[in-house]
Formats: sequence, C-alpha cells, structure tokens
Amino acid sequence: MFLLVLAGFLVAAIAPGVERVTGRLAGVVLAAAPLTLFAMLLRRAELLEPGGRIEAGGAIRETLHWAPQLGAQLSFRLDGLSLLFALLITGIGGLITLYAGSYLQGHPARGRFFAWLMVFMASMLGLVLADNVISLIVFWELTSISSYFLIGFDHAREAARRAALQALLTTSAGGLAMLAGLVVMAVAGGSWEISELLEQGETLRGHSLYPAMLLLILAGCFTKSAQFPFHYWLPNAMEAPTPVSAYLHSSTMVKAGIYLMARLSPALGGTQLWFAILAIVGGATMVIGAYLAIRQTYLKRILAYSTISALGVLTFLLGLGAAGGEAAAGGAAPVETEIAVYAAQAFTVFLLAHAFYKATLFLIAGSVTHAAGTADVRRLGGLAKAMPLTALAAGLAAFSMAGFPPSFGFLSKELLLEATLKQPSLAILTTAAALLGGILFIVVSGLVAFGPFFGRRQTESPPADASSPTEASPHEVSFPMWIGPLLLGGAGLVCGVLPHGIGEHVVAPAVTAVLGADQLVPIELALWHGFNLPLLLSTIAILTGVGLYVLHPQVSRLLQSGDAAHRFGPEAWYHGGLEGLLAVARWQTGLLQNGSLRAYLRTVLLTAIGLLGWTLLRVDSLPLGIGPWPEKPEEWFYANSYRLAVAGMILLGAVGAVHSGSRLTAIASLGVVGYGVALIYALYGAPDLAMTQFVVETLTVLLFVFVFYYLPNSPRQSTPAHRLRDLLIAVAAGAVMSLLVLVAARVQIDGRISGYFAANSVDVGHGRNVVNVILVDFRALDTLGEITVLAVSALGVLALLKLRPRREKLS
Amino acid sequence: MEWIISIVVGGLYAAGFYLLMRRSLVKVVIGLVLLSQAANLLIFTAGGLRSSQAPLVPEGAKVPPEGFADPLPQALILTAIVIGFGVIAFTLALFQVAYKRVGTDDLDQMNSTDT
Repeated sequence: MFLLVLAGFLVAAIAPGVERVTGRLAGVVLAAAPLTLFAMLLRRAELLEPGGRIEAGGAIRETLHWAPQLGAQLSFRLDGLSLLFALLITGIGGLITLYAGSYLQGHPARGRFFAWLMVFMASMLGLVLADNVISLIVFWELTSISSYFLIGFDHAREAARRAALQALLTTSAGGLAMLAGLVVMAVAGGSWEISELLEQGETLRGHSLYPAMLLLILAGCFTKSAQFPFHYWLPNAMEAPTPVSAYLHSSTMVKAGIYLMARLSPALGGTQLWFAILAIVGGATMVIGAYLAIRQTYLKRILAYSTISALGVLTFLLGLGAAGGEAAAGGAAPVETEIAVYAAQAFTVFLLAHAFYKATLFLIAGSVTHAAGTADVRRLGGLAKAMPLTALAAGLAAFSMAGFPPSFGFLSKELLLEATLKQPSLAILTTAAALLGGILFIVVSGLVAFGPFFGRRQTESPPADASSPTEASPHEVSFPMWIGPLLLGGAGLVCGVLPHGIGEHVVAPAVTAVLGADQLVPIELALWHGFNLPLLLSTIAILTGVGLYVLHPQVSRLLQSGDAAHRFGPEAWYHGGLEGLLAVARWQTGLLQNGSLRAYLRTVLLTAIGLLGWTLLRVDSLPLGIGPWPEKPEEWFYANSYRLAVAGMILLGAVGAVHSGSRLTAIASLGVVGYGVALIYALYGAPDLAMTQFVVETLTVLLFVFVFYYLPNSPRQSTPAHRLRDLLIAVAAGAVMSLLVLVAARVQIDGRISGYFAANSVDVGHGRNVVNVILVDFRALDTLGEITVLAVSALGVLALLKLRPRREKLS
Repeated sequence: MEWIISIVVGGLYAAGFYLLMRRSLVKVVIGLVLLSQAANLLIFTAGGLRSSQAPLVPEGAKVPPEGFADPLPQALILTAIVIGFGVIAFTLALFQVAYKRVGTDDLDQMNSTDT
C-alpha cells in the first residue's frame, strides 16, 4: 500500500514531462495512472475473490518503520471504509484526469496542473490508508497544501489567489486544532496506531480529556468538510478549474473530514456530546447549505452549496449512528443497534451516491459552460438537442441527486429517513430536517441538470459579464469530456437498480468499519422496501420539490431580497479576523521595528535591566562584598584615600565626557577616564595592563583629536524630556551593572587554570612574567587572532582613508 | 574595596549607555570607548581584587610568591584593550569618511543609503 501511495507521488513528479511529450493525448495517458492504482487496490483488497479478508469485515495492515521512537510509523491499513474511499479517489480521479486533459487543452500550465492533481490524489490516498496518527496528519496537511495550489491554479486572478488562501487558512487552522486533538487522543489511548486506538474506545470516552480531544478533532473535520459555520471557503474555492472542483467536492478534500469522523466514530462516537455536536452541526449545515444553493443562479455556485448540504447530511448521519461501536459490540438495546446500522448504511450509500452524481454534475457544469459560454442557469435551456450524451449523463445524475426511484440516491434517501424515524428521541425534528434537505435537493437538481438541458431559457439578455462569449452554437463536447460523466451517472442508476452486488462487496465492509464491529455486519440493500412511512415521506418530498422547482424563478427572487444576513455571516468573521490580525501585525511592527537604532537600543537595555536585575536580586545573602561599616571611618578614609581619588577622577572624567558641549573637552575627559582606569590596574597588581592602557589611551586621544578637530561643535539635538528618559534608562542600567560587579566579586573562582600557568611559567614557558607567558606561549593562538584583528582593522582604516571609489577619481 | 570599583563600573556603563543613545555620532563613538573601559574593569573586578602583588616570578624562584594577583583575567583584558583600540580606530576612520560624505553627524539625518 505504501508503494501505491508512493507511486502516486512519483507520477506527480513525472507528470509535467509526460504532458509535454504526449501533447493532445496527455489526459488519456495520465488517466492511466489513477486507474491502474484503482485496479491494484482491487487486487490488493482481494475484492470479488473468494475468501477476501476485507469483504469478510477484516483488514490488511502494513507497517514501515519511520521514526519508531517517536511513535511515527508509515503504517497503512486497508479495511472496508478506507477501501471505499480509496476506490472513489482513484476511480473518480482517473475520470477527472481524462476530462481535464481535454478541458485544459492548450492551457500553458497544463503540466503543472497535472502534477498538483496527482500530488493531491496521492496525499488523499495516503490519508485514507494511513493507520498512524502522525502519518495521517502529514497526509492531511499535504491535501491542504496541494488543494491550495489547485484552487489558486489560475494565479493571475486575484479572486483565485484569495480563494486559495482562504481555503488554506481555514482548513489548516482547523488542522492545527486537529493535530492537538489527535495527540491528546494518542496519549490518552496509549498508542499512535489508529487501529489500536479504536480498540480503546471505552478508555477514551471515559477519559477526563475526552471533551477536549473530541472538540479539537471535530474542529479539524468541520473546517475541512465545510460544515457550518466554516462552510464559506467551499463556494469560493469554485475559482479552481472545473475538474478540480469536481474532484474536491465529490471524493476528496471535503470528504477527508467526513472520513476521519467515520474512522474515529467507533472510538469517540456513541456519547451524548458526539450526538449533540454532529447532529446539530450536520443538520444545520444540511438545511442552510440547501437553502443557500437555491438562491444562487450560477451552476457551479449552486453545486457548491449543494455539496455543503450533502456534507451536512453525512455528518448528521454519523451523529445519528452515535450508538456506534458500543451498541454493535453488544450490550445495548436492540433498537439502538438497529439505528446505528441504519445510519451507517445510509451514510455509506449516500457517500457513494453523492460522489457519483456530484462529480458528474460538476463535470457537466464545466462542459456546459465550455459549450454554451455561460454558467447562469437563467440563460441556459434546451441544450439536450445539441449535447445529447451530456444531457443523458445529467439526467441520470439529477435522478440520483433528487432521490427519484430507481436511482441509488433514492435508496440512500430511504435509508436516511429510516434512520431518522427510528430515533428514540427527536425523531420528528431529525426527520423534518432530513425531509427539508431532500426537498431542496430536488430543486437544486432541477436547476443544474434538468433546466439547462430540457427547460426553457428564462431570459434572452446577454450575460452580465460581457467577457464570456455569448452562446453562439452549443455543441457536444469531445469523448474524454462526456465519458466520465456518463459512466458516473450510469453507476448511480446501475447501483440503484441492482444494489445487491455493491451492497455485499463494498457497503457491508464499510458499514462494519464505521461501526467498529468485529464481525461483518450483514447488509441487505434493496430498492423496494414495501409501502411504508419513508416511502410516503419520499413521495411528499418529491411532489413538494418538483412544485418548488417549477416556482423557482419566483422563489429565487423572493430569497434574493433577504441579503442582509450575508454581511454578518461567518465569512464576514473570517475577513474581520484576518484584518484584525494584519492590524495587530502592523501595530506591533511599527512599535518594535520602527527602524530607529536608538529605539532598539532602549528596548535591549530595558529588557536587559529587567532580566538581569531580576536575576541578581534573586541571588540571596545580601549584603554583597561590601563588608561591615569601618569602625574608625577616618582611618579607613586615610587608608583608602588614593583609591577614592582615582575613582572620583574616573567618574568626573565620565561626567565630563557626557556633559561637555565642546569636543576637545570631551576627548580630554576621555583621556582622564582612560588614565584613571590604568591607575586602577596598577593599584591591583596588573602592571602590564596599566602600561598597555597608558599607551593605548594616549593613541586613542590622539586619534580622536585628529578626527574631531575639524568638526564644528554641534548643539544638543534631543529635547530635555528625551534626555531625561535616556538618562534614567542609562542610570538604571549602570546600577544593575554595579550590582553585577558586587555579585561577581563574591563568586569563588576555580584557581586551577591560573595556578597551572603560574606554576609552569618558568619551567615550560621560560618567562618570569606570567601574564606575558600566557599571551605569547600558553594562549599564543589567541594572540595570533588578536594580531589578525588588528591587521584587518588597520587595512580597513587604510582603505577608508586612502582609497577612493573609481568614479570619484574620474570626477 | 569592590564597592568603590563597582560604583566606577556602574558610572562608566551609565555614561556609555547614555552616550550611545544620543543623536550625534561623535557622542556615540565616545560612548563606545567608555563602554569598553567599563567592560574591562568589570572583568578585572570579577577576577578578584585580592592582591596588589603582580604575578611575576622573582629571580631564582620557580613560582611567584604567595598571594600574587590572578594572571588569567589580566591576559584576557590585555587582549581586550588592544582589540578595543583596533575597533575604535576603525570606527573613527569610518566616522570621518561618513561625515565627509553626508556632511552631518546627526544619526537622524543618516537615514538613506544615498549620499
């Protein structure tokens, strides 16, 4: 399985080259890669073979050591649920690649497009196959990043860039929360392998951090799967080329969050909290998404909102099936088990049906826009004659989406209603929500698939965006562009009419995995359930839906009027948050990074005063090396008078250097300070230092005089208030340094190094001045470095003073 | 006697920092000199002001007499003094050239790379 994922990434690497070589046929050639992966997955899963483990409700597991000491493994696990997703990813991926080859024919960046598409596919495949928490997160983030490049593919347009950034920021913010949640879960469950964590369901649910981990993980799933209130990024992601939209919406990206919730439901599901969050958020998303969808007039936007609604349905179903693993494993009331099985079954069937028809409808939307030159449903109509095959595919998909018999969608709707009706509590509310969603879906399917092909145009006026070509002569699209929709649309019908096969081989293992049951949960899918309540409700829904569709022009106008709510919706929060973040960034940059060196210096000094002062004051056992007050102050004063005199001389010199307005006075004061310091060296047993200091100080003063002599005296440049502020900071810093000296003087220094130098100076270094011997013998390399510094400095001075840039010589 | 030196060190640091925060580049350079003096004295004091006896070995002896001053900080400071001189010399040359080009020593007017 690792090889399958790796192969996906390798294809991505060579995709641009292949695209260049194969030219027109690039789509066909590259589509072979996902379809091959599809076939290999079927083989690996031993599907349709007698004794296949996955069909029996089992799993195949592979582990590759990556960083085992960190718990990070490249382990992969194929069971019913991941197989279902993997087949959708590769199968639909293949058809989409085929379609994209023609759709983007002649586009200069088609090679790059294919590369990102393949990276995206491989990441998605890795995500659904991963069995290790860390690898799962890595693949999860890879899908975020590659979708960023796909949505922003048309990067010359600002709208595309903004949509891509919005998708990335929203999903990766959720991804960060999810990362924390998954780590908490792994630590609580004591394993980094998901399959092991699934066994720990009871421990996890009983853990004190359960609400935290659940909320964090769900934050990641909800942002990724565009649940309300994070749904805003998905319609904007329509800026992507149509094949990408089709792929993102049908089987990848937004399904990643759904997948993770389904994957973890045996471990985390089954609690009141899980039920409350998923059912409420899912139900709200379902209704709000569908409502927003029928307000739209552009094909892709209608479809986008309907996807949000469908994702709401899936989340809702996962919430309803909350009885989950515990119930199936035994101990729970039979009713709850039954609901759980129904919900999981409805979830799986709806997932499949939705993937089939949503991919179809998006691809058709692309074809229609391609062929007719507009995407406004009010200006489309009667295309069936010109595009018979596309129209056929559209009809099939619309049937499934609307839930008309005998499509697969009908089946999923029946199961959904069964699941809601069986709820012990809130049955009426959940059924009503499901019914409302179903009705709106019928309207949507009429709008996107029936109207453009079989309906009449509502308006003849030219499109508002004059740049798009007017609908000159709609024509049928080429083979690669109708085969995919037709196959997928047909699949929706075939699965509906003959549900037994897919139910046994694909749905049942997936349901088993969602429930976390040990043994295969037997599933009997059938189109006809007899005359029962769900059928009655379906009929009502169909009649209402069709009625609403017929009245859509009026309804749509009515809905347009209530636009004010939009400005305060979640998308406004996103923009507000982003602007707030930028404002804070600008404010703090202006405050801290204002470009003034003196401001930086003040910041550094204040920080140092704070940190150093705090640390020094924490050092215990003051008083420091001050010693007791002398018994006879006069004697002490006479004994130390020369020391005090030197100290006073240095301090006076420092004050002079600071205070003097005249440069020469300042330089003279500097000299006083330097000679004073030399005297201190002389007083405390360092004649070498004193001599060096005398010489250097003399030279320094001379240099200063040479440089400053010709400068005019400048008046004070700062205001008194600034001078006072700087003075306070400087005095505080000086006080901290004084304290540092006192603390440092108390520290006992290990005398071994000095002792060694003193003991060996004569014998080894053949010198009687220990300091000298250290410099030229023991630490001779240091001195060599010092000489080098001086030489470089001298060269620099020479270059500055003597050399002139060439242009100056010329002038 | 450390407390006397500690006041000297603190005073030199305060003066140096204050001058570093001036707008006039002349004062900044003077501040730099004061800072390096302060740092040298800090190391000197931290090494211990135990003795006025220089670490010299008298004729005929193998080691310095008991109670000699620690030679190690002295060696370090000797290096620091010389390198500090090199830095100051370079800074002054740089300052002179900059002043010639820009015509001012006000740092607030040296805010562009064009001369």
